[in-house]
Amino acid sequence: MRDADHEPSAGVPDEHPDHNHPDHSELGPMDARVRALESILVDKGYVQREALDEIVEAYETRIGPHGGARVVARAWTDPDYAARLAADATSAVAELGLGGRQGEHMVAVFDDAGTHHLVVCTLCSCYPWAVLGIPPAWYKSSAYRARAVFEPRAVLADFGTVLPDDTRIRVWDSTAEIRYLVVPRRPAGTEGWDAERLAELVTRDAMIGVRLADEPAAVGARS
Amino acid sequence: MNGAHDLGGTMGFGEVVPEVDEPVFHTDWERRAMAVTLAGAMLGRWTLDESRHVRENRPPATYLTSAYYRIWLDALESLLVAHGLVGADELADGRAHRPGDDGVTAVSPGTVTRVLARGAPTERRAEGTPAFAVGQAVRARNIHPGGHTRLPRYVRGHRGTVELVHGAHVLPDTNAHGGGENPEWLYTVRFAGTELWGEAADPSVEVSVDAWESYLEPA
Repeated sequence: MRDADHEPSAGVPDEHPDHNHPDHSELGPMDARVRALESILVDKGYVQREALDEIVEAYETRIGPHGGARVVARAWTDPDYAARLAADATSAVAELGLGGRQGEHMVAVFDDAGTHHLVVCTLCSCYPWAVLGIPPAWYKSSAYRARAVFEPRAVLADFGTVLPDDTRIRVWDSTAEIRYLVVPRRPAGTEGWDAERLAELVTRDAMIGVRLADEPAAVGARS
Repeated sequence: MNGAHDLGGTMGFGEVVPEVDEPVFHTDWERRAMAVTLAGAMLGRWTLDESRHVRENRPPATYLTSAYYRIWLDALESLLVAHGLVGADELADGRAHRPGDDGVTAVSPGTVTRVLARGAPTERRAEGTPAFAVGQAVRARNIHPGGHTRLPRYVRGHRGTVELVHGAHVLPDTNAHGGGENPEWLYTVRFAGTELWGEAADPSVEVSVDAWESYLEPA
Protein backbone atom coordinates (compact mmCIF):
# COMPACT_ATOMS: atom_id res chain seq x y z
CA MET A 1 0.00 0.00 0.00
CA ARG A 2 1.20 3.45 -0.80
CA ASP A 3 -0.73 6.32 0.64
CA ALA A 4 0.47 9.87 0.95
CA ASP A 5 -1.50 10.34 4.16
CA HIS A 6 0.06 7.33 5.79
CA GLU A 7 3.58 7.72 4.55
CA PRO A 8 5.75 10.52 5.79
CA SER A 9 7.69 12.36 3.16
CA ALA A 10 11.23 11.30 2.46
CA GLY A 11 13.70 12.89 4.82
CA VAL A 12 11.13 13.84 7.43
CA PRO A 13 11.50 11.82 10.60
CA ASP A 14 8.31 10.07 11.54
CA GLU A 15 7.67 10.19 15.24
CA HIS A 16 5.18 7.34 14.92
CA PRO A 17 6.90 4.74 12.81
CA ASP A 18 3.98 2.33 13.13
CA HIS A 19 2.42 4.09 10.12
CA ASN A 20 4.99 2.47 7.92
CA HIS A 21 4.41 -1.10 8.90
CA PRO A 22 2.96 -2.64 5.80
CA ASP A 23 0.79 -5.07 7.72
CA HIS A 24 -0.20 -2.58 10.45
CA SER A 25 -0.38 -5.52 12.81
CA GLU A 26 1.68 -4.33 15.77
CA LEU A 27 0.33 -2.25 18.58
CA GLY A 28 2.14 1.04 18.44
CA PRO A 29 2.05 4.35 20.27
CA MET A 30 -1.06 5.46 18.41
CA ASP A 31 -2.99 2.45 19.70
CA ALA A 32 -1.98 3.27 23.24
CA ARG A 33 -2.89 6.91 22.81
CA VAL A 34 -6.34 6.25 21.35
CA ARG A 35 -7.14 3.65 23.99
CA ALA A 36 -6.09 6.04 26.75
CA LEU A 37 -8.26 8.81 25.35
CA GLU A 38 -11.22 6.43 25.07
CA SER A 39 -10.80 5.46 28.72
CA ILE A 40 -10.57 9.09 29.83
CA LEU A 41 -13.78 9.97 28.01
CA VAL A 42 -15.61 6.92 29.36
CA ASP A 43 -14.35 7.37 32.94
CA LYS A 44 -15.34 11.03 32.95
CA GLY A 45 -18.85 10.12 31.87
CA TYR A 46 -18.68 11.77 28.46
CA VAL A 47 -18.99 8.76 26.20
CA GLN A 48 -20.41 5.28 26.63
CA ARG A 49 -18.09 2.68 25.16
CA GLU A 50 -21.07 1.12 23.37
CA ALA A 51 -21.53 4.43 21.52
CA LEU A 52 -18.05 4.07 20.01
CA ASP A 53 -18.86 0.52 18.96
CA GLU A 54 -22.07 1.79 17.40
CA ILE A 55 -20.20 4.37 15.30
CA VAL A 56 -17.74 1.76 14.01
CA GLU A 57 -20.52 -0.71 13.33
CA ALA A 58 -22.52 1.88 11.39
CA TYR A 59 -19.66 2.73 9.03
CA GLU A 60 -18.31 -0.79 8.66
CA THR A 61 -21.64 -2.36 7.84
CA ARG A 62 -24.70 -0.17 7.27
CA ILE A 63 -23.37 3.03 5.72
CA GLY A 64 -21.29 2.61 2.57
CA PRO A 65 -21.24 2.80 -1.23
CA HIS A 66 -23.99 0.19 -1.53
CA GLY A 67 -26.34 3.00 -0.47
CA GLY A 68 -25.20 5.34 -3.23
CA ALA A 69 -25.33 2.46 -5.72
CA ARG A 70 -29.02 2.01 -4.94
CA VAL A 71 -29.61 5.69 -5.69
CA VAL A 72 -27.80 5.51 -9.03
CA ALA A 73 -29.44 2.26 -10.11
CA ARG A 74 -32.85 3.65 -9.26
CA ALA A 75 -32.10 6.77 -11.30
CA TRP A 76 -31.06 4.58 -14.25
CA THR A 77 -34.31 2.62 -14.17
CA ASP A 78 -36.84 5.25 -13.11
CA PRO A 79 -36.86 8.52 -15.09
CA ASP A 80 -39.22 10.17 -12.61
CA TYR A 81 -36.82 9.34 -9.79
CA ALA A 82 -33.91 10.63 -11.85
CA ALA A 83 -35.76 13.91 -12.33
CA ARG A 84 -36.39 14.20 -8.58
CA LEU A 85 -32.73 13.37 -7.91
CA ALA A 86 -31.65 16.11 -10.29
CA ALA A 87 -34.06 18.64 -8.78
CA ASP A 88 -33.53 17.88 -5.07
CA ALA A 89 -31.04 15.15 -4.34
CA THR A 90 -31.40 15.42 -0.55
CA SER A 91 -35.09 14.50 -0.77
CA ALA A 92 -34.59 11.87 -3.45
CA VAL A 93 -31.87 10.16 -1.43
CA ALA A 94 -34.13 10.28 1.64
CA GLU A 95 -36.79 8.36 -0.32
CA LEU A 96 -34.41 5.39 -0.17
CA GLY A 97 -33.86 5.81 3.56
CA LEU A 98 -30.48 7.51 3.14
CA GLY A 99 -29.15 10.84 4.35
CA GLY A 100 -28.08 12.43 7.60
CA ARG A 101 -24.50 13.02 8.69
CA GLN A 102 -22.33 14.28 5.80
CA GLY A 103 -25.23 14.08 3.41
CA GLU A 104 -27.42 16.84 4.83
CA HIS A 105 -27.36 18.84 1.60
CA MET A 106 -26.92 16.64 -1.45
CA VAL A 107 -26.48 17.52 -5.12
CA ALA A 108 -26.42 14.81 -7.80
CA VAL A 109 -24.45 15.50 -10.98
CA PHE A 110 -25.17 13.38 -14.03
CA ASP A 111 -22.58 12.26 -16.57
CA ASP A 112 -23.69 12.25 -20.19
CA ALA A 113 -22.10 11.66 -23.58
CA GLY A 114 -20.25 14.99 -23.47
CA THR A 115 -19.69 15.62 -19.77
CA HIS A 116 -17.82 13.82 -17.00
CA HIS A 117 -18.01 14.85 -13.35
CA LEU A 118 -15.34 14.48 -10.67
CA VAL A 119 -15.60 15.29 -6.95
CA VAL A 120 -12.79 16.42 -4.64
CA CYS A 121 -12.26 18.37 -1.43
CA THR A 122 -9.06 20.38 -1.77
CA LEU A 123 -9.28 21.87 1.74
CA CYS A 124 -9.84 18.71 3.79
CA SER A 125 -11.74 15.55 2.88
CA CYS A 126 -15.43 16.46 2.58
CA TYR A 127 -17.25 13.47 1.15
CA PRO A 128 -20.85 12.24 1.03
CA TRP A 129 -20.55 9.79 3.94
CA ALA A 130 -24.32 9.25 4.01
CA VAL A 131 -24.27 7.55 0.61
CA LEU A 132 -20.63 6.42 0.20
CA GLY A 133 -19.40 5.76 3.74
CA ILE A 134 -15.84 6.54 4.83
CA PRO A 135 -13.68 8.04 2.07
CA PRO A 136 -10.84 5.90 0.71
CA ALA A 137 -7.28 6.87 1.67
CA TRP A 138 -6.47 8.15 -1.82
CA TYR A 139 -9.39 10.61 -1.68
CA LYS A 140 -7.83 12.11 1.45
CA SER A 141 -4.29 12.06 0.03
CA SER A 142 -2.40 15.24 -0.72
CA ALA A 143 -1.84 14.08 -4.30
CA TYR A 144 -5.54 13.77 -5.09
CA ARG A 145 -6.53 16.97 -3.34
CA ALA A 146 -3.75 18.91 -5.07
CA ARG A 147 -4.16 17.56 -8.59
CA ALA A 148 -7.88 16.90 -9.13
CA VAL A 149 -8.57 20.60 -9.73
CA PHE A 150 -5.39 21.26 -11.68
CA GLU A 151 -4.99 18.27 -13.99
CA PRO A 152 -8.08 16.08 -13.66
CA ARG A 153 -7.34 14.12 -16.84
CA ALA A 154 -3.98 13.05 -15.43
CA VAL A 155 -5.67 12.01 -12.19
CA LEU A 156 -8.24 10.01 -14.15
CA ALA A 157 -5.36 8.33 -15.98
CA ASP A 158 -3.96 7.21 -12.61
CA PHE A 159 -7.19 5.22 -12.30
CA GLY A 160 -6.95 3.95 -15.86
CA THR A 161 -9.82 6.17 -16.96
CA VAL A 162 -9.27 7.75 -20.36
CA LEU A 163 -11.92 10.03 -21.85
CA PRO A 164 -12.17 11.57 -25.32
CA ASP A 165 -10.36 14.90 -25.58
CA ASP A 166 -13.58 16.76 -26.24
CA THR A 167 -15.37 15.41 -23.17
CA ARG A 168 -16.03 18.31 -20.84
CA ILE A 169 -14.65 17.61 -17.37
CA ARG A 170 -16.49 19.21 -14.49
CA VAL A 171 -14.63 19.14 -11.18
CA TRP A 172 -16.65 19.86 -8.03
CA ASP A 173 -14.55 21.06 -5.09
CA SER A 174 -16.60 20.42 -1.93
CA THR A 175 -15.75 23.59 -0.04
CA ALA A 176 -19.07 23.91 1.84
CA GLU A 177 -21.54 21.39 3.31
CA ILE A 178 -22.98 20.52 -0.10
CA ARG A 179 -22.14 16.90 -0.85
CA TYR A 180 -21.88 15.81 -4.47
CA LEU A 181 -22.83 12.40 -5.85
CA VAL A 182 -21.82 11.52 -9.40
CA VAL A 183 -24.41 9.57 -11.37
CA PRO A 184 -22.29 7.78 -13.97
CA ARG A 185 -23.63 6.74 -17.37
CA ARG A 186 -25.47 3.45 -17.51
CA PRO A 187 -23.27 0.91 -19.28
CA ALA A 188 -24.35 -0.50 -22.61
CA GLY A 189 -25.58 -4.08 -22.63
CA THR A 190 -27.67 -3.69 -19.49
CA GLU A 191 -31.05 -3.32 -21.20
CA GLY A 192 -33.74 -5.06 -19.18
CA TRP A 193 -31.65 -5.25 -16.00
CA ASP A 194 -33.48 -4.40 -12.82
CA ALA A 195 -32.17 -1.87 -10.31
CA GLU A 196 -30.80 -4.48 -7.93
CA ARG A 197 -28.66 -6.06 -10.61
CA LEU A 198 -27.56 -2.68 -11.99
CA ALA A 199 -26.43 -1.54 -8.54
CA GLU A 200 -23.65 -4.12 -8.70
CA LEU A 201 -22.10 -2.12 -11.55
CA VAL A 202 -22.03 1.12 -9.55
CA THR A 203 -18.76 1.37 -7.66
CA ARG A 204 -17.69 3.92 -5.09
CA ASP A 205 -15.07 5.19 -7.52
CA ALA A 206 -17.68 5.75 -10.22
CA MET A 207 -19.76 7.82 -7.80
CA ILE A 208 -16.72 9.99 -7.01
CA GLY A 209 -16.05 10.21 -10.73
CA VAL A 210 -12.58 8.67 -11.03
CA ARG A 211 -13.89 5.67 -12.95
CA LEU A 212 -16.85 4.82 -15.14
CA ALA A 213 -19.50 2.37 -14.00
CA ASP A 214 -18.42 -1.23 -14.41
CA GLU A 215 -19.23 -3.08 -17.61
CA PRO A 216 -21.73 -5.94 -17.37
CA ALA A 217 -18.93 -8.51 -17.71
CA ALA A 218 -17.45 -7.28 -14.41
CA VAL A 219 -20.36 -8.67 -12.41
CA GLY A 220 -19.77 -12.16 -13.66
CA ALA A 221 -16.03 -11.78 -13.16
CA ARG A 222 -16.48 -10.85 -9.52
CA SER A 223 -18.93 -13.55 -8.58
CA MET B 1 -5.74 30.84 6.73
CA ASN B 2 -3.23 30.16 4.00
CA GLY B 3 -2.30 26.81 5.47
CA ALA B 4 -0.81 23.61 4.11
CA HIS B 5 -4.31 22.15 3.98
CA ASP B 6 -5.21 24.38 1.02
CA LEU B 7 -3.76 21.99 -1.52
CA GLY B 8 -5.45 22.77 -4.84
CA GLY B 9 -2.80 23.11 -7.55
CA THR B 10 0.17 22.18 -5.35
CA MET B 11 2.75 20.12 -7.23
CA GLY B 12 5.18 17.40 -6.24
CA PHE B 13 2.98 14.84 -4.46
CA GLY B 14 3.28 12.26 -7.20
CA GLU B 15 0.59 9.98 -8.54
CA VAL B 16 -2.71 9.17 -6.94
CA VAL B 17 -2.42 5.53 -5.98
CA PRO B 18 -5.70 3.67 -5.58
CA GLU B 19 -5.62 0.57 -3.41
CA VAL B 20 -7.38 -2.56 -4.59
CA ASP B 21 -10.04 -3.77 -2.13
CA GLU B 22 -9.12 -1.08 0.35
CA PRO B 23 -10.46 -1.83 3.83
CA VAL B 24 -12.64 0.77 5.58
CA PHE B 25 -9.82 1.23 8.11
CA HIS B 26 -6.20 0.16 7.81
CA THR B 27 -5.50 -0.18 11.51
CA ASP B 28 -7.53 -0.57 14.65
CA TRP B 29 -6.26 2.74 16.04
CA GLU B 30 -7.65 4.51 12.95
CA ARG B 31 -11.02 2.86 13.50
CA ARG B 32 -11.04 3.96 17.16
CA ALA B 33 -9.74 7.46 16.32
CA MET B 34 -12.61 7.97 13.89
CA ALA B 35 -15.16 6.77 16.43
CA VAL B 36 -13.82 8.84 19.31
CA THR B 37 -13.64 11.95 17.09
CA LEU B 38 -17.27 11.60 16.04
CA ALA B 39 -18.34 10.88 19.61
CA GLY B 40 -16.40 13.93 20.83
CA ALA B 41 -18.23 16.09 18.31
CA MET B 42 -21.54 14.69 19.59
CA LEU B 43 -20.84 16.36 22.96
CA GLY B 44 -21.93 19.52 21.14
CA ARG B 45 -19.25 21.76 22.64
CA TRP B 46 -17.67 22.79 19.35
CA THR B 47 -18.74 23.25 15.76
CA LEU B 48 -17.57 21.31 12.73
CA ASP B 49 -15.99 24.52 11.51
CA GLU B 50 -13.97 24.90 14.70
CA SER B 51 -12.74 21.32 14.45
CA ARG B 52 -11.73 21.85 10.82
CA HIS B 53 -9.77 24.92 11.81
CA VAL B 54 -7.98 23.13 14.63
CA ARG B 55 -6.95 20.41 12.16
CA GLU B 56 -5.64 22.81 9.53
CA ASN B 57 -4.03 25.27 11.96
CA ARG B 58 -0.68 23.58 12.45
CA PRO B 59 2.78 23.97 10.98
CA PRO B 60 2.73 22.99 7.29
CA ALA B 61 5.49 20.40 7.75
CA THR B 62 3.48 18.73 10.51
CA TYR B 63 0.23 18.81 8.55
CA LEU B 64 1.75 17.28 5.45
CA THR B 65 3.59 14.49 7.23
CA SER B 66 0.94 13.41 9.74
CA ALA B 67 -1.29 10.42 9.14
CA TYR B 68 -4.85 11.52 8.43
CA TYR B 69 -6.41 10.19 11.62
CA ARG B 70 -3.40 11.41 13.59
CA ILE B 71 -4.47 14.95 12.64
CA TRP B 72 -7.99 14.13 13.81
CA LEU B 73 -6.74 12.79 17.12
CA ASP B 74 -4.42 15.75 17.75
CA ALA B 75 -7.34 18.09 17.04
CA LEU B 76 -9.73 16.19 19.29
CA GLU B 77 -7.32 16.36 22.21
CA SER B 78 -6.81 20.10 21.63
CA LEU B 79 -10.56 20.70 21.51
CA LEU B 80 -11.23 18.68 24.68
CA VAL B 81 -8.62 20.71 26.57
CA ALA B 82 -9.63 24.06 25.08
CA HIS B 83 -13.26 23.48 26.06
CA GLY B 84 -12.36 22.43 29.59
CA LEU B 85 -13.62 18.86 29.30
CA VAL B 86 -10.30 17.08 29.79
CA GLY B 87 -7.16 18.31 31.54
CA ALA B 88 -3.78 18.40 29.85
CA ASP B 89 -2.51 16.42 32.84
CA GLU B 90 -5.06 13.70 32.14
CA LEU B 91 -3.96 13.44 28.51
CA ALA B 92 -0.33 13.35 29.56
CA ASP B 93 -0.98 10.57 32.08
CA GLY B 94 -3.41 8.69 29.86
CA ARG B 95 -6.11 8.47 32.54
CA ALA B 96 -8.83 10.51 34.21
CA HIS B 97 -7.90 12.29 37.43
CA ARG B 98 -11.20 14.03 38.07
CA PRO B 99 -14.88 13.42 37.42
CA GLY B 100 -16.24 14.92 34.22
CA ASP B 101 -18.21 18.11 33.76
CA ASP B 102 -21.65 17.64 35.40
CA GLY B 103 -23.36 19.39 32.52
CA VAL B 104 -22.42 16.69 30.03
CA THR B 105 -24.77 13.86 29.14
CA ALA B 106 -22.77 10.85 28.03
CA VAL B 107 -22.93 10.06 24.33
CA SER B 108 -24.91 6.81 24.09
CA PRO B 109 -25.67 4.44 21.22
CA GLY B 110 -29.01 6.24 20.97
CA THR B 111 -27.22 9.56 20.56
CA VAL B 112 -25.14 8.05 17.77
CA THR B 113 -28.17 6.70 15.92
CA ARG B 114 -29.94 10.04 16.20
CA VAL B 115 -26.96 12.16 15.12
CA LEU B 116 -25.99 9.96 12.17
CA ALA B 117 -29.59 9.98 10.93
CA ARG B 118 -30.07 13.71 11.26
CA GLY B 119 -26.57 15.07 10.74
CA ALA B 120 -26.01 18.76 11.26
CA PRO B 121 -27.73 20.70 8.50
CA THR B 122 -26.15 24.11 7.88
CA GLU B 123 -28.95 25.71 5.89
CA ARG B 124 -30.74 28.51 7.76
CA ARG B 125 -33.74 30.66 7.03
CA ALA B 126 -32.61 33.15 4.44
CA GLU B 127 -32.89 36.86 5.08
CA GLY B 128 -33.38 39.11 2.07
CA THR B 129 -32.51 38.08 -1.44
CA PRO B 130 -29.29 36.71 -2.92
CA ALA B 131 -26.95 39.32 -4.41
CA PHE B 132 -26.07 37.07 -7.33
CA ALA B 133 -28.18 35.01 -9.75
CA VAL B 134 -27.51 31.82 -11.68
CA GLY B 135 -25.53 32.67 -14.80
CA GLN B 136 -24.11 35.88 -13.38
CA ALA B 137 -20.39 36.61 -13.64
CA VAL B 138 -18.68 36.99 -10.27
CA ARG B 139 -15.13 37.25 -9.02
CA ALA B 140 -13.74 35.42 -6.01
CA ARG B 141 -12.35 38.12 -3.75
CA ASN B 142 -8.62 38.36 -3.30
CA ILE B 143 -8.76 37.90 0.47
CA HIS B 144 -6.35 36.21 2.86
CA PRO B 145 -8.07 35.80 6.23
CA GLY B 146 -5.83 34.70 9.09
CA GLY B 147 -8.56 32.50 10.53
CA HIS B 148 -10.70 29.75 9.06
CA THR B 149 -12.09 30.23 5.58
CA ARG B 150 -13.41 27.93 2.88
CA LEU B 151 -12.33 29.98 -0.11
CA PRO B 152 -9.40 28.09 -1.60
CA ARG B 153 -6.41 30.13 -2.72
CA TYR B 154 -6.50 28.83 -6.27
CA VAL B 155 -9.76 30.64 -7.08
CA ARG B 156 -9.03 33.96 -5.37
CA GLY B 157 -9.06 36.87 -7.78
CA HIS B 158 -10.51 34.75 -10.56
CA ARG B 159 -13.68 35.27 -12.53
CA GLY B 160 -16.38 32.63 -12.63
CA THR B 161 -20.08 32.10 -13.22
CA VAL B 162 -22.77 31.36 -10.66
CA GLU B 163 -24.00 27.83 -11.28
CA LEU B 164 -26.25 27.11 -8.28
CA VAL B 165 -27.78 29.12 -5.44
CA HIS B 166 -28.15 26.95 -2.33
CA GLY B 167 -29.96 29.18 0.14
CA ALA B 168 -28.39 30.64 3.27
CA HIS B 169 -25.79 28.55 5.08
CA VAL B 170 -23.79 28.96 8.28
CA LEU B 171 -20.65 30.99 7.60
CA PRO B 172 -17.59 28.92 8.60
CA ASP B 173 -15.34 31.99 8.88
CA THR B 174 -17.17 33.22 11.99
CA ASN B 175 -18.63 29.93 13.23
CA ALA B 176 -15.16 28.41 13.58
CA HIS B 177 -14.11 31.12 16.01
CA GLY B 178 -17.09 31.54 18.32
CA GLY B 179 -18.38 34.42 16.21
CA GLY B 180 -21.79 32.92 15.53
CA GLU B 181 -23.43 31.36 12.51
CA ASN B 182 -24.02 34.53 10.46
CA PRO B 183 -25.76 32.63 7.66
CA GLU B 184 -25.03 33.92 4.18
CA TRP B 185 -26.19 32.96 0.72
CA LEU B 186 -24.15 30.10 -0.63
CA TYR B 187 -23.35 29.67 -4.32
CA THR B 188 -21.66 27.15 -6.52
CA VAL B 189 -19.35 29.13 -8.77
CA ARG B 190 -17.89 27.57 -11.92
CA PHE B 191 -14.48 28.63 -13.27
CA ALA B 192 -12.88 27.77 -16.59
CA GLY B 193 -9.69 25.77 -16.14
CA THR B 194 -7.90 28.30 -18.31
CA GLU B 195 -9.08 31.15 -16.05
CA LEU B 196 -7.58 29.41 -13.01
CA TRP B 197 -4.45 27.88 -14.50
CA GLY B 198 -3.69 29.97 -17.58
CA GLU B 199 -3.90 29.57 -21.31
CA ALA B 200 -1.83 26.39 -21.32
CA ALA B 201 -4.48 24.60 -19.26
CA ASP B 202 -6.83 21.95 -20.65
CA PRO B 203 -9.69 23.89 -22.27
CA SER B 204 -12.17 21.08 -21.59
CA VAL B 205 -11.86 21.44 -17.79
CA GLU B 206 -14.10 23.49 -15.51
CA VAL B 207 -13.81 23.62 -11.75
CA SER B 208 -16.44 24.78 -9.30
CA VAL B 209 -16.28 25.69 -5.64
CA ASP B 210 -19.02 26.47 -3.15
CA ALA B 211 -18.63 30.08 -2.05
CA TRP B 212 -20.45 32.21 0.51
CA GLU B 213 -21.67 35.62 -0.61
CA SER B 214 -18.94 37.53 1.23
CA TYR B 215 -16.33 35.57 -0.74
CA LEU B 216 -17.61 37.05 -4.00
CA GLU B 217 -17.91 40.37 -5.81
CA PRO B 218 -19.56 41.30 -9.10
CA ALA B 219 -17.30 40.82 -12.10
